[in-house]
Amino acid sequence: MLKAEEIREIEHELPLFPQKKAACIEALKIVQKHRGWVSDEAIQDIAQFLDMSAEELDSVATFYNMIYRQPVGRHVIHVCDSVSCWIMGYDQLKDALMKKLGVKYGETTKDGRFTLLPICCLGTCDRAPAMFIGEDLHRDLKPEQLDGILEKYS
Amino acid sequence: MNRELPLTQNIRIDQPPFDCREYERAGGYEAVKNCVGKMEPQAVTQLIKDANLRGRGGAGFNTGLKWSFVPMGPDVARPKYLVANADEMEPGTFKDRLLMEGDPHLFIEGMILSAYAIQAEVGFIFLRWGYQLAELRMHKAIREAYDGGYLGKNINGSGFNFDLHMHVSAGRYMCGEETGLLNALEGRRANPRAKPPFPQVSGLFGKPTIVQNVETLCNVPGIVRNGVEWYKKLSLSADGGTKLFGVSGKVKRPGLWELPMGTPVREILESYAGGMRDGLKFRGLLPGGASTAFLTDQHLDVKMDFDSVGKAGSRMGTGTMIVLDDKTSVVGMMHNMMAFFAQESCGWCTPCRDGLPWVAKILDAMKDGQGQPGDIERLQLQCKNMGPGLTFCALAPGAADPLLSAIKYFREDFERAIPAGKPAAVAAGAA
Repeated sequence: MLKAEEIREIEHELPLFPQKKAACIEALKIVQKHRGWVSDEAIQDIAQFLDMSAEELDSVATFYNMIYRQPVGRHVIHVCDSVSCWIMGYDQLKDALMKKLGVKYGETTKDGRFTLLPICCLGTCDRAPAMFIGEDLHRDLKPEQLDGILEKYS
Repeated sequence: MNRELPLTQNIRIDQPPFDCREYERAGGYEAVKNCVGKMEPQAVTQLIKDANLRGRGGAGFNTGLKWSFVPMGPDVARPKYLVANADEMEPGTFKDRLLMEGDPHLFIEGMILSAYAIQAEVGFIFLRWGYQLAELRMHKAIREAYDGGYLGKNINGSGFNFDLHMHVSAGRYMCGEETGLLNALEGRRANPRAKPPFPQVSGLFGKPTIVQNVETLCNVPGIVRNGVEWYKKLSLSADGGTKLFGVSGKVKRPGLWELPMGTPVREILESYAGGMRDGLKFRGLLPGGASTAFLTDQHLDVKMDFDSVGKAGSRMGTGTMIVLDDKTSVVGMMHNMMAFFAQESCGWCTPCRDGLPWVAKILDAMKDGQGQPGDIERLQLQCKNMGPGLTFCALAPGAADPLLSAIKYFREDFERAIPAGKPAAVAAGAA
């Protein structure tokens, strides 16, 4: 079941578009904002609300990087793995992160604190390497700075 | 001599951007006041065409010429749309971020003027995920522009209406492709569309649509305000205007600068980026993002404009260069880039969906010195199969360009990645 608040926010988007289902990416983002991720059940509910099939909606949901179809930790770390960051030390940064957190890409730490994911170019190539933690952009990174950065996220 | 910097003159580093009032005091929205309802829309298109403003997203198409393909007159399908491509996900590219964070009203003024030229009544800014500061500042600026009467109904008392909305992408490289972006805005997978029909005739929701890069749109107010001759004089080459040029990689001062179109590669690399870091030598650079072919030592005097870089065998692309130094493995760099393109392929057409993972797999082995005899030829063959005209969109040809050029200029690095005396790979089960 979609919550009243989710429905209200989705309905707010509808007048922008000539077709209801054109709002489906906004709807996925709204549900994810409230729940942290998008479950199979949520896919069914959103699809029904927008007069589209669940299969069609899932083909959209799985296409985009920022729609999570699995639960994620309290903070999602997105490490830029594109070419400028790679030249500037991405491999060392990634190895250090994986070692510190004890997870590989796509995994969440046992305490549910961090999910680690790669992401393509964050558009801050003059200050590479870079990563996002939640909505915070961290740049000019060196592996030795990681402890100090990670401890800010509980 | 004081150079004019029409794109960045209002940007103050580490300070909030001009609000609507400050922007007006700096001469902002004058072009809207003098143009909307006062000039014929087609005359605006002609002005932009004559100025030779070429698309800053990378393709370099004449902007005014593109607008001239939009059906005009009272009987055409409506609404017509103007879409700003603010997806900026080309690896190595970080220029539109500065424009949106630094001078959002310039961008909005460019959209209003462009929408007026094609008589579009609805605009979308398709913003990439992860540009939160740009999102915040654009939202604030759009509200101010509505309050100032520059957006909405009856702009300038002219009867022209233009509503501007923002869509924040859920994130995927393919959204930067013009028709993929339109699919994403319609709530679909960002697969490319077959052309024709071109978006100018049948684009968003089947209606006439123009898609332009942020930087392109930011060039429009200056041209409308100061004219064609002024705009052409900003440039050192036939393409009009100034250009944001950026440098990333192991140079002394990575960064972004507004410079005359046609500024030589060497000047950008040495005078602005400060040259290579101590102890490193320059080997080559990708002039405008990950989809452009290498330029090397022999090309340092090439002017950075669309035609000159084209003649040198590459493309200016987004104008943000990625520099390769002598301590960074070119095979490793190509592996990184091809793995990126393989991952970002939408899977719609076969050469891209199947070719890129194969290329990435070969390079994965080569980067560890485990190449097989014949690998270089296999890479070249795959690149040929992904060439222009064989795929729906430019993703795969854009991936092939840098790889083919890397093999051309740095072949010895690829040869070293294949151990000498190693027998050719045998088919599984043959032993």
